[in-house]
Amino acid sequence: MLLTQNILTALRSLMANKLRSALTILGIVIGVAAVVALMAIGNGATSDITSQIQSAGTNLLSVQSGRMQRPQAGGAPPSFSPLTLKDYEALQAGLSNVAGIAPVYSSSATVVFQNDSYSVSVTGTSEDYLKVYSYEMEKGRFFTASDRQSVKQVAVLGATTAGELFPNTEAIGQSIKINDVRFTVIGVLKAKGSSGFSDPDDIVLIPLETGYLKLFGANAIRNGQKTLNTIAISAASADAVDSVKTQINFILRRQHKLAAEAENDFRVQSQSDMLETLSTVTTTLTTFLGAIAAISLLVGGIGIMNITLVSVSERTREIGLRKAVGARKDHILIQFLIETMTLSLLGGVLGILLGVGIAQTVSALGLINSLVTASSILLAFTFSLAIGLFFGIYPAWRAANLHPMEALRSE
Amino acid sequence: MALIELRGLTKIFQMGENQVHALAGVSLDIEKGEMLAIMGPSGSGKSTLMSIIGCLDVPTAGSYLLDGQAVEKLKDSQLAQVRNRKIGFVFQQFNLLSRTSALENVLLPLGYAGLGARASREKALKALEMVGLSERVKHHPAELSGGQQQRVAIARALVNEPAILIADEPTGALDSKTGEEVMGLFQRLHRDFGQTVIIVTHDPFVARHTHRIVRLADGRIVADTPNPNPIPAGTPRPELEM
Repeated sequence: MLLTQNILTALRSLMANKLRSALTILGIVIGVAAVVALMAIGNGATSDITSQIQSAGTNLLSVQSGRMQRPQAGGAPPSFSPLTLKDYEALQAGLSNVAGIAPVYSSSATVVFQNDSYSVSVTGTSEDYLKVYSYEMEKGRFFTASDRQSVKQVAVLGATTAGELFPNTEAIGQSIKINDVRFTVIGVLKAKGSSGFSDPDDIVLIPLETGYLKLFGANAIRNGQKTLNTIAISAASADAVDSVKTQINFILRRQHKLAAEAENDFRVQSQSDMLETLSTVTTTLTTFLGAIAAISLLVGGIGIMNITLVSVSERTREIGLRKAVGARKDHILIQFLIETMTLSLLGGVLGILLGVGIAQTVSALGLINSLVTASSILLAFTFSLAIGLFFGIYPAWRAANLHPMEALRSE
Repeated sequence: MALIELRGLTKIFQMGENQVHALAGVSLDIEKGEMLAIMGPSGSGKSTLMSIIGCLDVPTAGSYLLDGQAVEKLKDSQLAQVRNRKIGFVFQQFNLLSRTSALENVLLPLGYAGLGARASREKALKALEMVGLSERVKHHPAELSGGQQQRVAIARALVNEPAILIADEPTGALDSKTGEEVMGLFQRLHRDFGQTVIIVTHDPFVARHTHRIVRLADGRIVADTPNPNPIPAGTPRPELEM
């Protein structure tokens, strides 16, 4: 009965100062909403990137050039050793148990069709690209090994790129200019679907040899070697991923003439490596966003403490009277704690609603995907409750320890 | 044994560097069923004496037996329980909770006593009936006159059937007619129910409504006289105070 009375008393005193209560809980509302919304956005980003990595193709291994080499003993400057076409050829010749190997050199370029120009990443690669990255053809065909050998000026467009360049006309057979070099569109890829950060359908693919000769220019050549950004390898099966990784390491170390004690000057990442790296990054990101939001919750809590201190001093006589009719210290303590917790809980509930609303609006507007998780709601709720308790304790303690006679005499 | 036995009570307040002896050795017995007034000018120590009798404060030295219990040795939580069960307070400014109804105000001490909802409601309604406010239980203090507010406060003081009713200047905030009604209520409670009533006042006319007048000055009892013919309630205040 005392508990319901306390809650009733708390609600009454909050209702008696509606504006004050509203402003006080606003701090908590904003803090909780920020926690929920920012964590939803962090989780959304995580699931986006994860699905993007997974959609990139199964059993995928990607090789990238690694670190700068340490300065040589003779004082020569540190050298950067890029991946080269020779590395690709060595892998092509030496790897077993693979479904495909795609060399990748990408460069941003301007694509022009008639009077429309469009900026996009152009990738020189081989016919294995399709299989390695799990793309399918929407229409037309992909280029072949013989297209590469005869340096054909042909291009395959991603679904987004095709839509941008040819909104109303048939893309196949059209002539486009990429950085002023004429290419014929021979195929369009099936859409994979955008996933927030980068659009896997916004690409132009050309034969690698054509790229080196006509498009990429001197940037692609280093020390007389044709360089690559990535060599993407698809293992024949999930079980083969580890053995393929070992083979890659072996072949590339031999190819780069690395001494036995030298570290790799390239990186081989399997899909699970990438997911692992990514989840570390996104967990950090989500924690960071949550921490920023938590600071605003803290500020809200200080607001509650402030207002409760005011309320205690305004109601000194009431406290004195309650003590005179038999309230113990713990009665008064609990009464004020219930008031602060009512404030913070109310703020928490409103904040969760607002946060979910913000997260869904952001998703609906297509700005960024968000994912509200039960754990973030639980976290925000618990946190707001804890804030109410923590910041309520001091004012409640002050109230509980007022001397009854002095409290009764106060004006 | 008397209901209240005070022996050599002193109370010293530290005011900066000075010590103020609010009570300087007060000994007093009050029997069950007495109606008395504690009188004195401001600064005489009567408020301090009231707060000690009412267990709102503890003496610096001396002993206080309430109903055979040594009160000066009790802890805070035990004092709260004594105030709840044995003492009913009535204040000059009523001290009602403004946002709650008359009934809820009267229910307040029962909540701290831990009484169940239904029993509490019955007791509270009975107390309000005793002070003649059965028609006003749902009203908030702001909707009641001063006299009615003081009667709600008296009902609140009575609801736990306390051993002592302590009234601190109960008519101080009322006009003389309403003040007489309130004094009449105290006299009726004393006469009909044997309620022990202590009235703390500076006003000799109010004091003469009781059967015994204890005068305080400078923290000491200077006179303790019976008043065999108390003024009946409703008597107009004489033009000139004696």
